[in-house]
Amino acid sequence: MSQRTLPLLIINLGGEMIYILDQRLRAQDENDDKTQRGVWTDDDRKRVMNDIVGTMFNKTFLEELLRPQDLYSHRALRTVLTRIAHASIMRLNLASMDKLYDLMTMAFKYQIVLCPRPRDLLLITFNHTDTIKELVRDNPSLVNQINEAQRQLIEVYTPLSDGEFQLIRHTLLVLFQDMQIRVSIFLKEKIQNPNGHFVLQTSGPVPHGFEVPGLIRWFNAKGREVRRTRFPSGGSYTSAIRQASFDLSGDRVTLLGTNMYSTPSPEDMDSPTTSTWKPKQADTTPNPLATEELNLLAKLMGGMEVQKLLNVEAGFRVNLLALDQEEEEEEGIVISEGTGHQSSRVINIQVTQDQLASTELARIAGEFDEEGSQTEGPGNKGDDLLAMMDEL
Amino acid sequence: MSKMYHKEKSIPIKSSASALYNNLSVLRIAPRCLTYFTVVHANVVNMVSASWDGLNYSHRQLQSKEGNVTTSSSLIMQAAWCVLPSRDLLVLTSQKGIQMYESDGSIMVYWHALDTPETPTAKAVFARGISAVREKHICVGVSSGSVLVFDVPSKGSNITLSEVLEEHKEAITDMASECSGSLECIADLVSADDSGLLCVWKSGEDFQLLNKIPGFDTSCSSVKLWKGTVIAGYGTGQIRLYEAVTGILHAEVNAHARWIYSLDIAPFTGLLLSAAEDSWVRVWHLSLTPETNSVEIEHMYNECVTDTQICGAKFCDGDGYAFAVTGYDLSEIIRYTQA
Repeated sequence: MSQRTLPLLIINLGGEMIYILDQRLRAQDENDDKTQRGVWTDDDRKRVMNDIVGTMFNKTFLEELLRPQDLYSHRALRTVLTRIAHASIMRLNLASMDKLYDLMTMAFKYQIVLCPRPRDLLLITFNHTDTIKELVRDNPSLVNQINEAQRQLIEVYTPLSDGEFQLIRHTLLVLFQDMQIRVSIFLKEKIQNPNGHFVLQTSGPVPHGFEVPGLIRWFNAKGREVRRTRFPSGGSYTSAIRQASFDLSGDRVTLLGTNMYSTPSPEDMDSPTTSTWKPKQADTTPNPLATEELNLLAKLMGGMEVQKLLNVEAGFRVNLLALDQEEEEEEGIVISEGTGHQSSRVINIQVTQDQLASTELARIAGEFDEEGSQTEGPGNKGDDLLAMMDEL
Repeated sequence: MSKMYHKEKSIPIKSSASALYNNLSVLRIAPRCLTYFTVVHANVVNMVSASWDGLNYSHRQLQSKEGNVTTSSSLIMQAAWCVLPSRDLLVLTSQKGIQMYESDGSIMVYWHALDTPETPTAKAVFARGISAVREKHICVGVSSGSVLVFDVPSKGSNITLSEVLEEHKEAITDMASECSGSLECIADLVSADDSGLLCVWKSGEDFQLLNKIPGFDTSCSSVKLWKGTVIAGYGTGQIRLYEAVTGILHAEVNAHARWIYSLDIAPFTGLLLSAAEDSWVRVWHLSLTPETNSVEIEHMYNECVTDTQICGAKFCDGDGYAFAVTGYDLSEIIRYTQA
C-alpha cells in the first residue's frame, strides 16, 4: 500500500526502544545490588544513548528510509532495530531482544490504533523526536542531527492529504494485525483488555477539526441553514481542544508517543499518573500463563543482569530479564549456547540466525561480526540499509 | 423503550478484518436461504456462506493475484459483490489489479493488471471502489483517480474494459450506483475520492458526467446513491446528503467522533447504516418527499461495538431487518437483527 511508511515506523519503534533502554540503564545505575560483576554508570548510559541515537538519526540512513518503498517484514524490521540497539557497547541477548521487540511493537500499535486523526501519526513521531532530543541534550551535534531529520520529515509529510496519511496508518495496521501481546503496564492502566485488545473510550474531546456528534442541520437550495435537530450520540464527547503544532517544536497536544517509562521525580513517587510508573521488585516466580502473557515490565523492573567483560574487548552485555533456566524452557524460549551467565563472550546478531535462517536478510545479518564487515549479496530489502548502517 | 436491534450469534471468519474502508460485503441468495459475506485480511479475502437458520457455515479464502507469481503478497483494498440482472460477480481490488470471480468465489473469470511502475513512486498504486451499474457495467476506481468501466456479458469471461473516466485527481475511495430500483432516476453512479470530491454519472455506451460536487479537502470514505440522493460519509465523522444532479446540500449530520468507514442503505425502507472508528454503528431513516424535493433524515438507533474500530457495516437484506459488522483485528462478523 503506502510507500511512505518506513521512516515513521523506524523512528517511532526506535523511539520506544530508546525510552525502554534508557530507563533500564538508569535503573541499573540506581540499583544497589552488589552481586553484579559490573556497574552501569551514568556516563555509560549517556554513551550508549548517544551512540544509538546517532545511528538512528544518521543522515544517510534516513535518506534510505525516506526513499519510497514497501514496508519491511517483521523479520527485516527486527534485524534493523537490533542493529541500532547494538550500535554501542551494550549487548542484548536473544530473549531480551525478543521481549524488547514485543514491548515496543505493542506500544507503537497502541499509538497507531488510538491515533485520533491519521495526521496525528506525525505528532506521535514528533513526540518521540522531541523526547529523544531531551535525552541527548548535552550533545549539540546530535540535537542538530535530530532537528535535521525532523525538517526532512516535515518537508515530506506535511503536504500529504488526510487520505494519504490514513493509507500510511492502514499499512502500519496490517503489519501489526493480530498482535495481541498483553503488556503489564497497559493492563494495569486499563488501556488494554485481558484479551489483548486495546480499550477505546467513547468519551472525551473530539479531534481537532471534528464536530461533536449529535446535530443534524438542514439547508435550503440557497445553502442557508433552515432547521436543526439533535439526536443522542450515546457517548459523552466534548468539543475539540487546541490545534497541535506540526513545527520543529511546539505543543503536540497528544500524549501518544511521549515517554511513559520516564523515571518519576521524588514528588511524583506517591501519586501514580498514567504517564509514569514506579520501578518494582522483580517477580521471578514463573507465571503459569507465561506462554501467553509477557510480564515484561515486572521482569524489567529489577534483577537486570549486566556483565562487564573482564577481557580487553570493552563490550557490555545486558540481560533485560532475570530468567533462570526453568523459566526459559517453560516459555519456550530457545537461547542458543553461549548466552548463559557463565559466558564471557559478547553475543552478536549471529545468535538470531536460526530464527531467520530462511531469509536472505538473515544471511547478511549473520555475516556481521564484531568488526562490522559485510559481504556482497544480491539486492534485497534492507540490504542497502544494513550495509550502510555498518559503515556508520 | 425496547431496543430496535439485538445482537445475534456472531459468524467466525478464518482471519481478522484489516483496517480498510467498506470492509464487508454481503450477498443474499434467497432461493438457497443463504447469505454470503466477504471480509478482507491483508492479501486474502475471507468468504463465508451462512445458512439463514444460523446452523451451517462454509468458508473459502481467495488470494490476491500478482502477475504470474504463485503466491502474492499484494494487499487487497476492497472486495464486493456486483449484482447485475444476468449474473452476480465478486470483485477484488488490490495493489496489482482487479480480479473478478463467479459469485461463490469458485472461478476467476477476469483479471485486469494495473500499470505499476518499475521502481516504487511516492504515490501508492492500487484499485479501490467497486460498483455494478445498471444492466451490464462494473466500475472500479484507481488510486490515480481514474474510474475504469468494464463491459460485462450475461455469461462467460469475455469482460472488456470499455472506458476510462478521468475526472478525479485524488485516489478513488468508494463508488455506488442508484439502488432504489427506480428507472426514473437520472443519475446512475456516484464516485468519491480522497479530497471529498463527488462525481455523479449517467451510464451508457459512453458514461456522461452529470455533476461534480466539490469536497472540503476531507476524504469521503463511503458513499451511497438512493432515489437521486447522494449520501456521503467523511473522514471528519460527518454525513452529508446531496441532491445528485444539482449538487444541492440537503442536510449535514455530525454523526461520528472519528473517521467514518462504512455506509449502507436498505433500499426498500430507506434505513441508513453508518459505522466509524469511534465504535458506534448508527441506524437512520431517510425519506423523500418528491413534491417538495426534500429529504428527511431521522436518527433511529445506536449500537456501541465495545473497543472495536469498525471497518465494515452492511444490511443483510433490502428491508434492513438485519445488519452485520466487522472490526479491525476481529475474527468474527457480528450480527444484529430487529427485535
